[in-house]
This record gives sequence, C-alpha cells and structure tokens, in this order.
Amino acid sequence: MTNIPETGRSTRVQVRLVVIQVLVISLLGTLGGRLWYLQIREGDQYAKEASGNHVQQVVQPAVRGSILDARGVPLADNETRLVVSASRTDLMKMEDDGKAVLTKLAGVLGMKPEDVMMKVRLCNAETPQPCWNGSPYQPIPITDEATPKQALQIRERAEDFPGITAEPQALRRYPSPGKANTAQVLGYLSPVTDEEIQQAQDTDSPYLRSDMVGRSGLERQYDKQLRGKAGVTRYEVDKLGRVLGQAKADPAEPGANLVTSIDSRVQRIAEYELNEAMKEARKQHDRNTGRNYEADSGAVVVMEAKTGRVVAMASNPTYDPNAWVGGISAKDYAQLTGTKSNYPLLNRAIQGLSAPGSIFKVIPTAAAIKAGYSFEGPYNCSSAYSIGGQVFKNFESQNHGPISLGRALEVSCDTVFYALSHEEWKRDGGNKPKKNANDWFYKTAHQFGLGEETGIDLPNEVTGRVPDRQWKADYWKANKDAWCKYGKKGGSYAEQIAYENCLEGNRLRAGDSVNYSIGQGDTLVTPIQMATIYAAISNGGTLYDPTVGKAVISPDGKTVREIEPKAHGKLPTSKKTLKQIDEALEGVATRGTAAWRFGGWPQDKIPMHAKTGTAEVYGKQTTSWFATYTEDYSIVMTISQGGTGSGASGPAVRNIYNALYGVSEDGEIDNKKALLPKPQKTLPKVRTDGTITSPKIAKDFAKEFRPSPSPDGEATTPQGDDPADPQQAGTTPSPENTNRDTRRGRRRGGGPGRGGGHPRRRAPRPRAARPERTAS
Amino acid sequence: MTGGVNSFQVSGYGPERAGWTRVFARDGLARRLDWPILLAGLALSLLGSLLVYSATRNRTELNQGDPYYFLVRHWLNTGIGVALMIGAIWLGHRGLRTAVPLLYGASVFLILLVLTPLGSTINGAHSWIKLPGGFSLQPSEFVKITIILGMAMLLAARVDAGDKPYPDHRTVLQALGLAVVPMLIVMLMPDLGSVMVMVIIVLGVLLASGASNRWIFGLLGAGAAGAITVWQLGILDEYQINRFAAFANPELDPAGVGYNTNQARIAIGSGGLTGSGLFQGSQTTGQFVPEQQTDFVFTVAGEELGFVGGALIIGLLGIILWRACRIARDTTDLYGTIVAAGIVAWFAFQTFENIGMTLGIMPVTGLPLPFVSYGGSSMFAVWLAIGLLQSIRMQRPMSA
Repeated sequence: MTNIPETGRSTRVQVRLVVIQVLVISLLGTLGGRLWYLQIREGDQYAKEASGNHVQQVVQPAVRGSILDARGVPLADNETRLVVSASRTDLMKMEDDGKAVLTKLAGVLGMKPEDVMMKVRLCNAETPQPCWNGSPYQPIPITDEATPKQALQIRERAEDFPGITAEPQALRRYPSPGKANTAQVLGYLSPVTDEEIQQAQDTDSPYLRSDMVGRSGLERQYDKQLRGKAGVTRYEVDKLGRVLGQAKADPAEPGANLVTSIDSRVQRIAEYELNEAMKEARKQHDRNTGRNYEADSGAVVVMEAKTGRVVAMASNPTYDPNAWVGGISAKDYAQLTGTKSNYPLLNRAIQGLSAPGSIFKVIPTAAAIKAGYSFEGPYNCSSAYSIGGQVFKNFESQNHGPISLGRALEVSCDTVFYALSHEEWKRDGGNKPKKNANDWFYKTAHQFGLGEETGIDLPNEVTGRVPDRQWKADYWKANKDAWCKYGKKGGSYAEQIAYENCLEGNRLRAGDSVNYSIGQGDTLVTPIQMATIYAAISNGGTLYDPTVGKAVISPDGKTVREIEPKAHGKLPTSKKTLKQIDEALEGVATRGTAAWRFGGWPQDKIPMHAKTGTAEVYGKQTTSWFATYTEDYSIVMTISQGGTGSGASGPAVRNIYNALYGVSEDGEIDNKKALLPKPQKTLPKVRTDGTITSPKIAKDFAKEFRPSPSPDGEATTPQGDDPADPQQAGTTPSPENTNRDTRRGRRRGGGPGRGGGHPRRRAPRPRAARPERTAS
Repeated sequence: MTGGVNSFQVSGYGPERAGWTRVFARDGLARRLDWPILLAGLALSLLGSLLVYSATRNRTELNQGDPYYFLVRHWLNTGIGVALMIGAIWLGHRGLRTAVPLLYGASVFLILLVLTPLGSTINGAHSWIKLPGGFSLQPSEFVKITIILGMAMLLAARVDAGDKPYPDHRTVLQALGLAVVPMLIVMLMPDLGSVMVMVIIVLGVLLASGASNRWIFGLLGAGAAGAITVWQLGILDEYQINRFAAFANPELDPAGVGYNTNQARIAIGSGGLTGSGLFQGSQTTGQFVPEQQTDFVFTVAGEELGFVGGALIIGLLGIILWRACRIARDTTDLYGTIVAAGIVAWFAFQTFENIGMTLGIMPVTGLPLPFVSYGGSSMFAVWLAIGLLQSIRMQRPMSA
C-alpha cells in the first residue's frame, strides 16, 4: 500500500494524461487553423457568396426605343400586347405550389393546365423546353396573346388569381410602313446568351436574363442606345425569399429613339424597283450561256451625295423581320439561313462583293492624270490591244479612234485603259518591278477608299479588295501549296492555271494590270463603296462615311444627339480633273452608254451623271452595275447574274430618280409628286411628351410612282440585252472563239508560263464560306 | 489525503472566523475553486446567450413572437446549471460515489423512457422527452456523466484501495459493460452523435485508468470494425449516410444535404477578421443557416464576431480543457483522475466535432457546443461536469 500512496499519479497514468493533453491541444489548434483559413485567407470569397445569398433582384425591363425614318415614320417600334404572367414566388408559397391557381388560369386562357405548369417550371439540365430560364423572382410570362376579355377576367377576380398579373407589355414590331421592308438595314433581335451576360457583367450596361439583343443591322449597331436601362429593385431576402427590406431601386429607363436618314417611301420604291428589275432580268436571254439571266441577288443604295446619309438601301432576296419577334420558329430559321433561299439575311449593299467592271473606270482615269498623262490625250481607242502574243479586245472590237479620257469614259473604251495601265506597269519595271514602284493605278484605288470599309454605321461591312502587289504576294503565299500540288504542266485547263499560279502567282503580271484597269480580275467592291465614290465625285471630292442613323433622341425628347456626317478621305484628284470626270459622266448619261436609259430626262434642270458596268464572273453570268449621281443623290444598283449595267439596272434607277424628283416618263417635273427633291434636312418634330410626329403614309408608294408595270416597253432600243454597253472583260486571245467560257482558257501559240502577261486565271481553290463572286 | 467528506467541512478545523473570511482564507472555498474554469464557463454561457439571441430574435416561428424568448431561457438554463454545479461541489465527487449506482440506474431509465411513446423526435433523432411548459429533456446528456462516474467507480475501486496498481481485465470488462448498455439504447434512438461522444469518453476513461494497452488498442480496433459493420449492414438511416456523403463532397447537393455545410461555411467565411458586428450578420438575419441557435451556433460567432470572436470561443474552451487536464494530473486518487479525464474527453470531442462541422472538417452530427449552444439538458450536464471538476480540485491537499 505504501508503494502506491497516490494512485492517480502512477507513471503510466501520468504519461497517458499528457498524451490526452497533447491530443486536446492539437484538436483545438486544428480548429483555430481552419478558422483562420476560412475567415482570413478565403474570407473575401465567402463574403461575396454571402452577399449573393441575401440580395435578390427584381427586374422591370426597359421599353426598347423605336427606329424611325427621316420623317418620323416608325420602321421598328413596339406594340402593346396583353401579357399574362405568374409570380413564382407567390405560387410557391401556396400549399399546392399554385397548382389550383394555374389550372384555373388555364381555363380562362383556353390553354391546357399541363402547358401552363410547364411554362412556370424552372429550366435546368433535366428540364426540356418549355421552361423558364430567367430569374425565379421575375414574373414568368404565360402568354403574350391574351384578349382584353381574358385580362379583365383575371384582374377583376384578383383574389381568385393570387400571383397572376395581366398587364400590357411592349413587344418589338416591324410595321413595314408603306410596304417598305428595310429588313437587312433594321436587323433583328434575339434573346441574350449566357456568354454575353458574362461578358457584359462588369460594364456599365449589363444584360439581364430576359433581355433581347440586336443581332444585325441598326438593332445591333445602336443596341446600347435603343435598349435603355432596365429597372432593378434589390431586395434583401431571407432563406425563404421573404423580403426583409428594399435595398436599392433604380427605375427603368426606356431606350432612346433612333431617327435614320432612310425615307420609307424611297426605301419602298428602291425595294420594289430592285425586285422588278431582277424579275425582268430573268425574262432576258443571255447569249453567252444560252439561258435566261438568273438574277439571283441584287442591291441598291440611294445616298445623299453631300452628306453620305443613306436614303434607301435594299438587298434582295429579302425576308420579313417580324419572323424573329417572340422567338423564331425552327422552320423560319431554316428558311432564312438555308442555301436554297440564297442568304436573305445578308445585306448585299454592304456585304455583297463583286468585280465592279466599268463603273471602276473613274479610278484609272484619275490614276492616269496622277501618273502624268493628260486628260485630253488623245489616246487610241483601238479594237484590240496586244501584249507580246496576247490580244486584249475592246468590247465587240469597237474602234473609236483617237479620243480623250473623257470620251473613253463615255463610250467605256477598254483599250485606252489597257494601254495606260500596261504602260505604267512597264514604267514600274514590268516583270522585274522597281523597289519603289509608283503603282499609280493601285494607289489611287486605295485613295478612293476601296479595299477597306466605308465606315457605315451597320455591322459586318466587308472590305472588298484591291489586287495590288502586296495582295498578290500574300494570296500566293496562302495558296501556293494547294496550287503546286494540284498544278500540272500541260494538264487540263484548271491544272495548267494552278501550275502557272504556283510558278509565278506572286508576281503582278502584265495581264493582271490590264484586267485590273477595267475593274476586272481580282478586284472586289461593295455597292456602298461605289455609292460613296460616286457621291464624292458629285460633292467635289469628299468621301463621307455613309450613315443610316441621323439622330438619337432621348425618350423624353429633351436630348437630341445628331449624328453628324463624317468624312474618311478626299478623292486624290484636282478640282480640274474632277470637273472633267464629272462632265464625262454627264456625257455618259446624255450621249454615252447610259443615254438610252435617260431619254427625255430634264438634264438642264437636274443634271444626271452615270456610269454603266457589266462585270464578268468566272463560271457565271455577268454582273450588272449602274452608278449614277445628281447634285444631291448618288444611286448605285447591282444585280448578280443580271446582264448588262444599263440593261438590267437602268430602268429601275431611272424610276427611283423619277420618284425622288417627280419626273414623269416624258421628262415633266411635277414638284407635288416629287418625294424628296432635296434631302430631308430637318429632324422630325418631337412633342413635349417625348413622342415623335410622323406623317401619314400611303399604302404602297411603289404603285403610285410606277405608271407602267413594264418599263422595258419604253426602252429606246428594241433588244433586251444592251448593245450600248461595251464593257467586255479580259482577254480574247482567239478571235474566232465566240463562246467566252471556252475561249478564256486558250492562248495563241505557246505553252503555259510563256510570255509576259496572260489572261487572269484562277485555279480551283477552297470555296469561301461567303458566296463570293470573282471576275475572270 | 484530506479527511473530510466535503470542502465545507474541511474548513472547520481552524479557529472560528466569519463566513466570508472563511471563504477567502488560504484554504477557503474561494482559494480552492478553479476560477479560470468557472469564469471561462460563465463567459462562454453569456456569449452563447448573445449569439442565441442574434440567431433567434427574428425567427418568429420559433420564439413565439418574443425576441428575448431564447435569451432569457439561455440565462435561466445557465443559472440552473450553475446551481447544479454548486450542488455537485457541495456533495463532492466522492460523496456522489455512493450514489453512482442510483444515478446510473435513473439515467438509463430515462433513456429507456425516450424509446417509449413519451419520447419525441427532433431532427430525425428520437432523443427527447417532452415536459410540460414547453421544456424538453435530452437524457443522453446525463448518461454521459453517469457513464464517466460509473466507470470511474468500478475502475478505481481496487486501485484506490491499494490492492492493485492498475485495474485488472475483469474490472475493465465490467466497466465496459456498464458503458455499452446505455450506448446501445442511445444508438436505437438513433442519436449517433451522442454515441460517438460516449465512445470517446470510454476511450478517455480507459486511458486515464491505466488499463492495459491491449484494451486501448483492442477497443480502437473494435471501434473501426464496428463502424465498418454498421456502414455495411445499413443500420444507419439515410439522413445519416447523406450527412457523411455531404461532408466528403459539399458540392454534392448544395440545395439539399450539402446546404447546411455550405451555408455554415459561407456564414463563417464572410466574417473575416472582426466580423459584421453583433446582430449585423446578413447570413444570420436571413436565416440561411439551419439550427443556428443550437448545433450551428458557432456560425453566428464566425459571421458577426469574425476570427476574433471565433478564436475567443475556442480559446475559452481551451482554458477549460487545459485546466481540466491539470486537475486530472494533479489529483491524488485515480477516481478523481478518471472522472476529470472523462470530462476532458467529452468536452474536447464535442467541441471539436461541433466547431469542426461548421468549418467543414467534420461530418454534420447533432451535437451542441458546450455552454454556447441553446439547450437545457446540455447546459445542465456541462455545468454538472464543471462542478465535478471543481470538487476534484478542492479535495486534494493544497500543498500538492
């Protein structure tokens, strides 16, 4: 007993107690460490999560601003529809999760109860549409087509329908005033994507789940202004969503209204005339292919010459923008994007590319003056021009003898420009180019704004292309592997071209410079680029950024932000040269290639200027181009596979001018009938309440200004095809050949690769995504 | 060894002194009391009452419209607890020794009562007895004490008598049998958290008793095997399995089982260094954390008082545990040592499990945080344990 007097202190027990103590301390230490990790190291992140936990937003969407034409006529506005919505928060508080209320509601709306239930369930990975993918705190729309009677039933018996509201709500509408569709210019809306919400999260205009976003055209370009700002009320809520207090409330701000320079009447006429011209072209026989013209697509631009403002812009084929409202159906979508429909969503005025043909000739004219040639000349307009063993023919081998550059424009003489361009090519070193080659013909094209965007306030404008040395080198680099693989000396036509391109596709050859001088070869332009250039010739040389938007007017009408015309360059020509070109283009309209389309035009009162173009496209029918201007307007029209410039597009352009100036077919001017003899300078009037006045509009202006449905009946020439347009592409080395498609490949005496220049050839290459057309 | 049955009589041998003087004399009550434990316990209870108030003042569905309902009751519980502590000191742990069989029997009877229709279920655990007046009793809290006292009595009897240096196998087996009976009953409730605490208590008691190492390792092995068997046989309820699954992967089901853990961690994590201020926590005000006045009370401290407040609670519990370890080591009889060590094991595990689950390092079980969590039974049991610790400390010679 004495050896263990204090039993609690035996060594084994003491050691074990120390072990317990150490264990306890380490457990507490672990807690402390973990606490430090959560609160100090990761604290910020958890603080963020906590704030997301207890604040909920209730969103009141902003009314989107209208898009108006120059006189205030709405091109895109909102219509009020009766929308019946259900508040999920209220429904979930009921014992049966609101089933009884929804079933009753389905009865009133004439819907199936299951359908209504499905609409209010929340979307997740396992829930297929229909379901609600917005915030559960947002009222969920059940239908946007309620009748006033249904709405009344719901509102008068509010106690029977807790959590259900029937309110008028604004939905987008494209009213097509006077049948002016304007589809591609206006664009369309579709629901915002998760990605966009993420991207815009920290900007000053974040998206909301329920937002619609402009996807193309003006809706996209001016989306920020049109959208306005949704009202957000932040509530502090507890776990069950019960509101503890209102944290912050921002009222909804409606979007601003956009006034455009579009005149819906002129727009309608432009659309109508373009469509009529294409229909007419399809009736015409194409000698070269032996079938009727296909006229698969076309575009027309009516621009104010002194400001660059777009009065009308039409693209064909077209579509109904209302198809997008309230979610596009799968069938509509397939129709709009399928190959068969030929891409109606494209705005061909800014996205359609083709070789310009002879309407390009104002550029080599200006370039020749720059290079030191005189305007007067004389230059020999021979029937053909030959380089080495190659012969480049004038259109139908016409021979006009020695003429000035002005006359060369009037009669659209190819050989004059062939010679000048070839001469310059030789001066720049020919096949052994100088280091500092002048490249006047290419430089001038760039100075005219080709090969780059005009800067129009519409999204996705394309640049086109000037096929200069740099481009040739780049293009060769990108394609030489394919060419060299496919090419075969002495093989088929395509193989031979590939072979030659492989060998020397990086060089600017004599034939390239000759083709280029008449707007053929690899040159690509858009209608808006050409309209800008011709407007610049009209206004004394200023290249304006084309604009569709004219002013942004705040919803209360108090702030008007005008979109001023902006220039992006000046034509690189002296006043004198510009005047000479101007006179020559007037000559085109009075005695040149377009004269037959302007018979009886009051030239003394409204001086008309024009240039025709017929561009050749490899493997396709010719592209019709018609570029015109008066003192105030420039109009450019193009029809793909439509025939000649004045032949296919001429009557339509004349009809548009007739409507603008009120000119009748016999040349009388009726100012009362004139739609827009001078460009609309003033903005529509804004009333004190912020609404914008607009005039009454006729049902369809196109009918009013088109006395005869068949304009070709009045044509001065009996043929449908146009004999007065001498634009003829490229080279015709073998005169006995009449079929353009077959003769293009052959050359007189000589294997591939021989000789300084040869016809521009193109080997097959991977097809571009866009239906790009290139001249051959 | 001091002679008296309890401390009040111990002071009787000196000259006659006034009551207060006696209390503060060198060998008086005040000197013999372990003040750090007492003050830390009172501080924790007070702090707990504020946290409980913060968590419940807006929960009208719980507090019956009176925001102070839980605050007042927490104070009341603390008062009763302190009274129980004084009672325990007065009786003394040795004085209770004779009553242990009675207490043990009574506590086992109470938990058996829970299994009858008199018992009621809260949060999946059928471990309460409803009493009139809105009170309810959780007898498993008292079983923790009676297991400690019962085992200590058995294990220390022959050692303290000087017969043996360590308890023999037969005694250990008897002690284990005494612990296993109530554990099995509690498991039937099922109150897995309490069973886990009891297992740890048994381990601590055996360690402190000086029982052979074979028993310790054997028990650890048996515990592991038992856990695997329980898991394999599917004895656990689904909600218990889910709690473990959610612990392993909190992202598993953030709206369901993982919700508690996630919200608790968000609440604590958002507190930062100093917290959002008492009564200012948005997680707490928004009632995002369930059971916040009881099992998850630590999240209120984490959010509203930050790292400072959380560390204070851990620190105060650390003081109690540290002092309790000292008491266990300093006492002269094995009985006292075992009781103190059992209490250390109980408090330490319950603290670690409770705070650990809110911090996401332990699975969620329904265990209260000593002193801080709202709940009468727990509060009473904890203060009773403090009384036992005080008694053990006071009954050793001052010179030791």
